[in-house]
Amino acid sequence: MHEYSIVSALIEQCEQHARANQATKITRVAIKLGVMSGVEPTLLQTAFETFKLDGICREAELSMTLQPLVIKCADCQQESVLDERSIVCPACNSYHTRVLEGEDMLLMQLEMEQAEDI
Amino acid sequence: MCKDCGCSLPRHSAIQQGHDHHTGHSHEHSHKHQELHTNPQLNDKKTLSVIHKILDKNDVEAAHNRAHFEAHHITAFNLMSSPGSGKTTLLEHLKEYTKLNYAVIEGDLETSRDADRLIAKGITAHQIQTGSACHLDAFMVHGALHHLPLEGLDICFVENVGNLVCPASYDVGTHKNIVLLSVPEGDDKIEKYPVMFRRADLVLITKCDLLPYFDFSVDEAKAQLKKLNPDTQILEVSIKNGDSMHAVAAWLNENLRRNTVGEPQ
Repeated sequence: MHEYSIVSALIEQCEQHARANQATKITRVAIKLGVMSGVEPTLLQTAFETFKLDGICREAELSMTLQPLVIKCADCQQESVLDERSIVCPACNSYHTRVLEGEDMLLMQLEMEQAEDI
Repeated sequence: MCKDCGCSLPRHSAIQQGHDHHTGHSHEHSHKHQELHTNPQLNDKKTLSVIHKILDKNDVEAAHNRAHFEAHHITAFNLMSSPGSGKTTLLEHLKEYTKLNYAVIEGDLETSRDADRLIAKGITAHQIQTGSACHLDAFMVHGALHHLPLEGLDICFVENVGNLVCPASYDVGTHKNIVLLSVPEGDDKIEKYPVMFRRADLVLITKCDLLPYFDFSVDEAKAQLKKLNPDTQILEVSIKNGDSMHAVAAWLNENLRRNTVGEPQ
């Protein structure tokens, strides 16, 4: 259940961005979760709904995009989006691949309301 | 019509007036009006694109820990596995097979039993009690670093909380990850916990003296690992088999920073 720790880190980041932008309220938090980031989206959602109540994200909606694994093959240069948890190139079965996406947890976008003329 | 009501609408609604006057006007207008009543002239919506790693703060602290280790010419290894796969036992016995000087940062929810076991064997150890946290993070490890005498160490092991899920998401500031999988757990664990095994630089199949009693296929484990992490080595280990322990010691020696990146001794 490390989703709670991750949500605390996320909300802390939102609060920093809110301060830097003189926001009075955050209305939407958009994140991107890699399928291999080790986070369970439904648990993260529950954790967010619980933790947000204390701060500036109180009324924020969390929108999550699940990022599948994307690899690039060093042998055939093919870029592939994978369904299974494997990094084998589906085009040529090579193991010499590089993971481009699908392992990170990223904060992508914040929608906020700002006080004008401050 | 909007000009008549006397409110000073933000600029984007003025644009809407121009091109969408006939179809959507009445609805748009009343909606804006409500907003203005609740928070007169203050609301200005802004969308901020950030792209920021969520665990960025932890990663910064992890880099700081690595700098600590490197300043003392120490290579740090993060030991991860389920509870009871033999992390502490491995560390208790490793001493007999290597001249490398090592200390251990122990993570458990409760008790200092693991650190006590190591200290009883003459190994320097510091226990972190995480309370209810299911993993160690870089901040906890940093706190522990200041309780360990780092001078003269070759290796610092961070023995993570026994858990095949959560610790995989946290960089604690070590250089390499060692993941243990014990024979009684079954060879399907690699496929079931792909994130953890994807992060491994070395996989140890522990308690291999039990292989005759379990349907654990080392070949199957190797095949699964290759799909996730083709460059990672698997070593079969039993503390009752000296050769297998020597192989672990040899891997550690080969993977010391001074042997891999040419750090001065």
